[in-house]
Amino acid sequence: MNVTIVDYQSGNISSVINSFTEVAKGKVNIEVTSDIKKIKSSDKIVLPGQGSFKSCVDSLNQIKGLVDTLKEFAITNKKPLLGICVGLQMFADIGYEEAETKGLGWISGKVSKINNQKGKFKLPHIGWNEIEIQKESKIFKDVKNKSHMYFVHSYEFIPEDKSVISSITNYSSKIVCSVEKDNLFGTQFHPEKSDKIGLKVIDNFLKL
Amino acid sequence: MLKNRIIPCLDVKNGRVVKGINFVELKDAGDPVEQAKIYSDGGADEICFLDITASNENRETIIEIVRKTAKECFVPLTVGGGVRTIQNITDLLLAGADKVSINTAAVKNVDFIKEASKKFGSQCIVVAIDAKKVSDNKWEVFTHGGRNKTGIDAIKFAKQVEKNGAGEILLTSMDKDGTKSGYDIDLLKEITNSTNIPVIASGGVGTLDHLYDGIVKGGASAVLAASIFHYGEYKIKDAKEYLNSKNVSVRL
Repeated sequence: MNVTIVDYQSGNISSVINSFTEVAKGKVNIEVTSDIKKIKSSDKIVLPGQGSFKSCVDSLNQIKGLVDTLKEFAITNKKPLLGICVGLQMFADIGYEEAETKGLGWISGKVSKINNQKGKFKLPHIGWNEIEIQKESKIFKDVKNKSHMYFVHSYEFIPEDKSVISSITNYSSKIVCSVEKDNLFGTQFHPEKSDKIGLKVIDNFLKL
Repeated sequence: MLKNRIIPCLDVKNGRVVKGINFVELKDAGDPVEQAKIYSDGGADEICFLDITASNENRETIIEIVRKTAKECFVPLTVGGGVRTIQNITDLLLAGADKVSINTAAVKNVDFIKEASKKFGSQCIVVAIDAKKVSDNKWEVFTHGGRNKTGIDAIKFAKQVEKNGAGEILLTSMDKDGTKSGYDIDLLKEITNSTNIPVIASGGVGTLDHLYDGIVKGGASAVLAASIFHYGEYKIKDAKEYLNSKNVSVRL
């Protein structure tokens, strides 16, 4: 099996590469690339994302044909894709970080700043928080409810259709921390930085 | 609920740990990679390397250590010491660091933080502030391990780095560092109250109660300690169980 981590200059993806490589050891071939041909021929895609919503969308658009290729892969061909952090957020129609920016529009919804109750809660939301599982998700196999995951973000994805939400976490409000819609998976937390339980989520995705 | 983080810090000089852990299970007491792994297996919420290598020629050494550690530790890794340029940050992040901590370069030019956070995102930019008390409720920023006075007010500076896009502040009291008498709680309170980004408390931890004070009295989001963990007095687990017993939420 070939799994591609999309390298589109979205900031630091070393940790994503390290953790997927660790879990995939000897079983799955991990490719890190922005090469359209390689992406097309892979079995699964990981879409990381760091920095702002706008900078990530801009970077995706910089690579000719990438957005269309990803869409064909995930929407038309319905092959498994995992978005991490801003990688998940970009599934939305629109994001409001830096400037109003159009997202990929794969799951209807918006990405807006976490309401921190006028400064009562610190932003970014950095650190370990418990996930409350909302529905069965293939990437949460053998992951207990209330497991700790590592977060670092100031914006949150608010999907229109709440049935896509697979887990939430409690901060200044209930924040969506993962979604599953058919073959589309996304985590707001960083499985690659969430210790053994995070590696388990990655393992579940690789085993799909 | 967001958990309070416990961050062990390893001082690294020329590729070796200074003030290393004295755990019996260690094969090589000076190997930073092995020590980081013990901490991460022991439940550390994050690992911090502070490179205290004096010369620039040895920058490669810390990068190699980061590269090896990042392949074995799957919790966030912060690296500080000698981070002065965008290239320094790029090198560390590519090697596998998740965050870099910037000290002198931020004091010299606060716009460097703006540039760095714009390029890499606030999530990986930690500004390390070394502060020393100069009069009642007044602290000043120092550089070079507390030797150089800058004349900059610590509270004003903290607000400014937040404005410039820092994701976190690593706050060290130079009065308390190395004393084992606890964090400077007044300083912590001032900084946590006047900023809206997470503050990591550092400098002065001698007992588990000090960690409690840093979080509960000082308002820190995370507590950093070096020597209480290095010498095996306490394990990370002890610290977490203690805090948990006093109703401070931690990741167990």
